[in-house]
Amino acid sequence: MSAFLTYLLNGLAVGSAIALVASGLVTIHRVTGVVNFAQGTFAVIAGLCTSSLLGLGFPHGLSEVAAVLAAALAGLLTGLAAIGRPGTTPLSSLIVTLGVGVLAYAVEIVLWGDQPRSAPGLAGSVTLAGARVQTQHLLVIGVAAATFALLALFFGRTYLGKALTACASDPYAARVVGIDTRRMGLLAFALGGLLGGVAGVLVTPLRPISFDTDVTLIVNGFAAAVFGALTRPVITLAGALLLGVAETMAAGYGYGSHQLEVALGLMLVVMIVQASRRPAISQERA
Amino acid sequence: MIDVRDLVVSYGTATALEHVSLTVGAGEMVALLGPNGAGKSTLADTLAGLLTPTSGTVTVGGRLALIPEGRRLFPDLSVADNLALGGWRSGLRDPSPVYDLLPRLAELSGRRAGVLSGGEQQMVAFGRALMSRPDTLVVDELSLGLAPNVTADLAGHLAELNRSQGLTVLLIEQNARLAFDLCRRAYVLESGRLVTEGECADLAGDPRVAGAYLGGAIT
Repeated sequence: MSAFLTYLLNGLAVGSAIALVASGLVTIHRVTGVVNFAQGTFAVIAGLCTSSLLGLGFPHGLSEVAAVLAAALAGLLTGLAAIGRPGTTPLSSLIVTLGVGVLAYAVEIVLWGDQPRSAPGLAGSVTLAGARVQTQHLLVIGVAAATFALLALFFGRTYLGKALTACASDPYAARVVGIDTRRMGLLAFALGGLLGGVAGVLVTPLRPISFDTDVTLIVNGFAAAVFGALTRPVITLAGALLLGVAETMAAGYGYGSHQLEVALGLMLVVMIVQASRRPAISQERA
Repeated sequence: MIDVRDLVVSYGTATALEHVSLTVGAGEMVALLGPNGAGKSTLADTLAGLLTPTSGTVTVGGRLALIPEGRRLFPDLSVADNLALGGWRSGLRDPSPVYDLLPRLAELSGRRAGVLSGGEQQMVAFGRALMSRPDTLVVDELSLGLAPNVTADLAGHLAELNRSQGLTVLLIEQNARLAFDLCRRAYVLESGRLVTEGECADLAGDPRVAGAYLGGAIT
């Protein structure tokens, strides 16, 4: 029973990190209609930056914040490449983000090499109801919960957040009232970069990060985002937690090498189910 | 004030507006009539700066607000939030002035815009446009899908703002009776071209206009 609880809590931590990546995907897609395949790259950049800054002697806190800001900047630059030119279609932008992700491989290898890097996180572990859990896992859950609470406040209570929601709801109407939807799209990309960055700095102490870790991150994040139809943050969060727990359970009970397949399988099932319900979804959105 | 000269607007190879010229003087209320697909909404979007002319010039004096066809509210946001976003250009966040003019909106302020009736939504769209403190208002199909009494109520507010505050109005309509009641002058747009213009009283007596827009009755 304690093993099950340990896997559950660890799974929630993994799911929280996936949720942060997925929420970046959802934020960008809602506002711009673009599926951002460079989303995993933001987490990788933040993780590698954290590793470097801590290695250079910068203190915890400052290193992580700087790394998250670097990821937000990467998000903004990706946005400029993807939607900076007026009239770019979401499909063209998707291809651009794919290109940015590949370009990032080259830049990351030049800057950090091709070997995985890690960073020290919170040391030690705690025992909860007989289950032993790493403190870093609890930090991931706590920071992710705080980030989602802040996001809810931002979108629900601030004028800028409501303007972003307006762009997601009806870009034409947003333009009618004078909102610059392109700028809002760039803001969404920066926010997506920031969310990916938070995931990166939280995950790096738990698992080494290298230039190609983005594949695992984007597959997991995309699976969760698809669960929320790329538009619903709360369902995306639920999907991410479910995915994290499922993967950790699979690893814990002896199928560790098949974690990615769990994500891919879940994504496939959800996409097939959603495709069969597409008329209903379309009517609901209309 | 609106001054459109020799305007051409194209979507790729399809031309939506061909050499359209029209003027609406400051404080004037002018109608633009036309059937579906005539290019009325294209003209409205061009005036609002949402479309770029292929050629020709568009001059707008002061700030222009557009009430788009179909209202186009933000359905998941509250009425108060919809109004506040209407003040994006003007910086006006407090909808009190709009509530003073349209008290019903104060009662609806906390409701989601998407659950309101068509008339209430049109009222929100009207209020949202006023939040930008416009000098010129372009209204695309005020009466579309609304009950006659609701249309009359909104038209009354529009006429009052035109009269008391000198608001310049371009009323884009298929409902010629409403347009002729409210406006002194009108243009008729068909297939992207202006086919006639003049005093509403004269146009109402034009057999072509009466046949197309007034059910054949020459009033």
